Amino acid sequence: MNMAKLLQVSDLRVEFLTGRGTVRAVGGVAFQLDRGEVFALVGESGCGKSTTALAVMRLVPPPGRILGGSIRLRGDDLLTLDEDSMTQVRGRHIAMIFQNPMVSLNPVYRAGAQVQEAIVLDQVPKNEAWRRAVDLLGRVYIADPAHRALSYPHELSGGMRQRVMTGMMVSRQPDLLIADEPTTALDVTIQAQVLDLLLELRDRTGMALLIITHDLGIVAEIADRVGVMYAGSLVEQGPVFDIFEEPLHPYTRLLMRALPRLTKGQGSLHTIPGQVPSLIQLPPGCPFHPRCPDRMEICSTKMPGLTVPAGGREVACYLHGVGERQ
Amino acid sequence: MKLELAQREVNGSRNARSWRTILLGNGQLMAGVFIFALVMAVALFADGLALRPYDAMDLGNRLQPPGTGGPLGTDQFGRDLFSRVVYGSRIALRVGLIVVTIETVLGVTMGLFAGYYGGWVDRVIASVTDVTWALPPIVLALAIVTALGPSLNNVIIAIALVSWAGYARLIRTKTQGLKNMPFVEAARALGESDLSIMFRYILPNTFGLVIVLATLSLPGAILSTTALSFLGLGSQPPAPDWGVILNEGIRHLYDAPWISVFPGLAIVCTALGFNLLGEGLRDVLDPRMKV
Amino acid sequence: MSIRPHSTTETPLIVLEDACKYFPVRRGLTRRVVGHARAVDGVSLAVARGEALGVVGESGSGKTTLARLVPRLIQSTRGRVLYDGQDVETASGRDLIRIRRRMGIVFQDPSSSLNPRTPVRGSIARPLELQGIRGKEATRRVLETIELVNLGAEVLDRYPHQLSGGQQQRASIARAIILRPQLLILDEPTSALDVSVQAQILNLLQSLQAQIGLTYLFITHNLSVVRYMSDRIGVMYLGRLVEVAPVGPMQDRPLHPYTAALFSASPPLNPRLRNRQRYRLVGDPPSLISPPPGCSLHPRCVFAVEQCREEVPLLVDAGDGRQVACHRWMQLALAVQTG
Repeated sequence: MNMAKLLQVSDLRVEFLTGRGTVRAVGGVAFQLDRGEVFALVGESGCGKSTTALAVMRLVPPPGRILGGSIRLRGDDLLTLDEDSMTQVRGRHIAMIFQNPMVSLNPVYRAGAQVQEAIVLDQVPKNEAWRRAVDLLGRVYIADPAHRALSYPHELSGGMRQRVMTGMMVSRQPDLLIADEPTTALDVTIQAQVLDLLLELRDRTGMALLIITHDLGIVAEIADRVGVMYAGSLVEQGPVFDIFEEPLHPYTRLLMRALPRLTKGQGSLHTIPGQVPSLIQLPPGCPFHPRCPDRMEICSTKMPGLTVPAGGREVACYLHGVGERQ
Repeated sequence: MKLELAQREVNGSRNARSWRTILLGNGQLMAGVFIFALVMAVALFADGLALRPYDAMDLGNRLQPPGTGGPLGTDQFGRDLFSRVVYGSRIALRVGLIVVTIETVLGVTMGLFAGYYGGWVDRVIASVTDVTWALPPIVLALAIVTALGPSLNNVIIAIALVSWAGYARLIRTKTQGLKNMPFVEAARALGESDLSIMFRYILPNTFGLVIVLATLSLPGAILSTTALSFLGLGSQPPAPDWGVILNEGIRHLYDAPWISVFPGLAIVCTALGFNLLGEGLRDVLDPRMKV
Repeated sequence: MSIRPHSTTETPLIVLEDACKYFPVRRGLTRRVVGHARAVDGVSLAVARGEALGVVGESGSGKTTLARLVPRLIQSTRGRVLYDGQDVETASGRDLIRIRRRMGIVFQDPSSSLNPRTPVRGSIARPLELQGIRGKEATRRVLETIELVNLGAEVLDRYPHQLSGGQQQRASIARAIILRPQLLILDEPTSALDVSVQAQILNLLQSLQAQIGLTYLFITHNLSVVRYMSDRIGVMYLGRLVEVAPVGPMQDRPLHPYTAALFSASPPLNPRLRNRQRYRLVGDPPSLISPPPGCSLHPRCVFAVEQCREEVPLLVDAGDGRQVACHRWMQLALAVQTG
């Protein structure tokens, strides 16, 4: 076992049973995170990135269920833990912040009390916990924290709420913070503040960050490594510079070219023909092959495996000499 | 965005599921549909089901208990109680449907106008609905019937007048939500008239709510009319109105309790059936309404 | 205040003169008016025919309200709104409808932009119906228009929820252009869409503009999108226009500290630029009900001086077709690196 890895997800599979059939939301995803690393899972809606994040927390809601694979936190498989031990892991070792900070904070409790509540979970006396809560709010750049701690969530702006949420989540010094679209509801200047804050917390505490986003701009801004998901599969992963500058998988390549980086009159954007397949009826073979400009005979029959070529990169595409998936 | 497509697929499949699956998955709705169908069948085929005309007296067979004097016994004039209760279903359903139609039309229109225009229109309609809500409906209906004179038609008018307010409120809230939707804004930008926006764009999107409201208010309408008939303000004897029969049975509660018990049971069953139906429909059509 | 048309001498299509929209804020049991939220506070602007003007700003900047003042979906509190020389604010009911038919609007959320209870054909053909155009002629025009937006005829008989987000947005665009308007108001048209679908819609909008000579008023918070779509950009902060300039000069050398902060905070889609110089704003945006005196940015602006706290800066001509509302624009040399 590789003890250096903080989180090691292998062959994670999640399905949703619906009236119309089985939705294969996550089909065999594997990735790793080191201490202090920022890993971004990026993809378009329906690619399974959020479900993957929830699976790591073991919070996949019914009718979804984790079919198999393993999620190892410092070597211990979370999927084998009983519910009580998993509750200990959540918040203490892995914490999570969500897209909409308004609904994640309880509207009837004061901001400070909610942070205090989280700290009390670690057997800290109440007065001490309040003092630490106010201190934490200051550290997530809430101006006048002693006063703001007494505010209710609706009295705070969206950016403040997300910072309070972040403060609450890091209050117990987790090893891993999962942020699911943490800035999607926020303005760009506020987004920049929140992203700066996440990086600063990472630097100070050494926690790892798993960012779930659809926004390649955010990925470019803070990720160390990137995993690109498509239709429930991780099609490519690697260091952020490689992914942006030399994408290997045809999907990543097309996605990068669809970004509006030009100004008016410099030509039209590249588009990806076709549509994302239904997760109920995935095409055989590589899920991207019906839309792929470089498809070959084998692509429509056998699913490519994810190989580990040099430079910490992985890609699931036959173009790069990958074998079939086992 | 939490569950992304997976969740969307789940929602999508909800629409696509057949009616049979929805029915079987919802016990309430199934029971409601069953009772509703039963009451409708009884009302439709009353002529075939009834053993005798509802007003045929047989003074030699007065106050016979169930069994000996017909399936449900006879009343103080020797009329067959089963036949009277069967025919009574027609009155109950007719009254219920008329009341519900009037209050739906009135309530939905008022709600649409109040919600769409807001401002003084809303304030006027809101004060009327508030006043109606502040008074106990039966007392208000009593006052109206006393003023108009006792008759079934007057009862229908009275009940409809006191009960549209609830509709108006809910439709108003729904309209307020819908009128800020982009498709309504787009309609305004196209130059649609206010009436066209209300009836072409907003109204069709309240149908789910209206069906649920109508079904849920039907038992109330039936209960209120039978109550007023029981008090002698609605249908007049010898009409086989359940309220009238109940009233007549009161005098013989000790020696012939069945006269009151069976119309009472009919009222309870019908009301229960429509409530179950309404709540079942609500779960299917407008799950967000669930408290 | 100077209003300069884009590049031609003909009259601009849209002219706003000191346009204001204050929303009353009510509190308490009696719903007493306790103040006004200044959503749009004295905006003067001209949009030339055939121009694509992007309006950017964050939430509460008033950009969406501004877009709604043009077709008078919202009545302005003060100031003038002219469309093709006609005063929109004082137009009679019939004139207003005539004006509105010469502009189309596309909204952010495609899933709620079409009437959920009407098949797509009905929504797209409705503007024609309102003009009294029915039957074969209407069908012909519907088919012609959906071809323009690259939709197949098979979607016409479907309901909106049976369409993908991209198809819904194409249908909304078809409805907006079926009467061949001069102006298209686009309110965050791609914000709810995935990157690959966004690219399709942006390409479509660009080719439509070239094909049928539309003028665009493009509202967005996404700077990459606005750069790709616009000839000129107007930046709004707390209800005011703080800078207007052609795209290139604005992104290379913004004149207003807020523009600099906005452009430098926006991720440049290139990881090599993550350590670029950033102009940071201090604290959180103030409330619209009691905006700070003087320049509304001053409490958050690192360049603020005494004058900024007292005097409201006017939007002044800065040469090269640029306008800026900042007391210190001539002393600041701001530069932003973008992807």
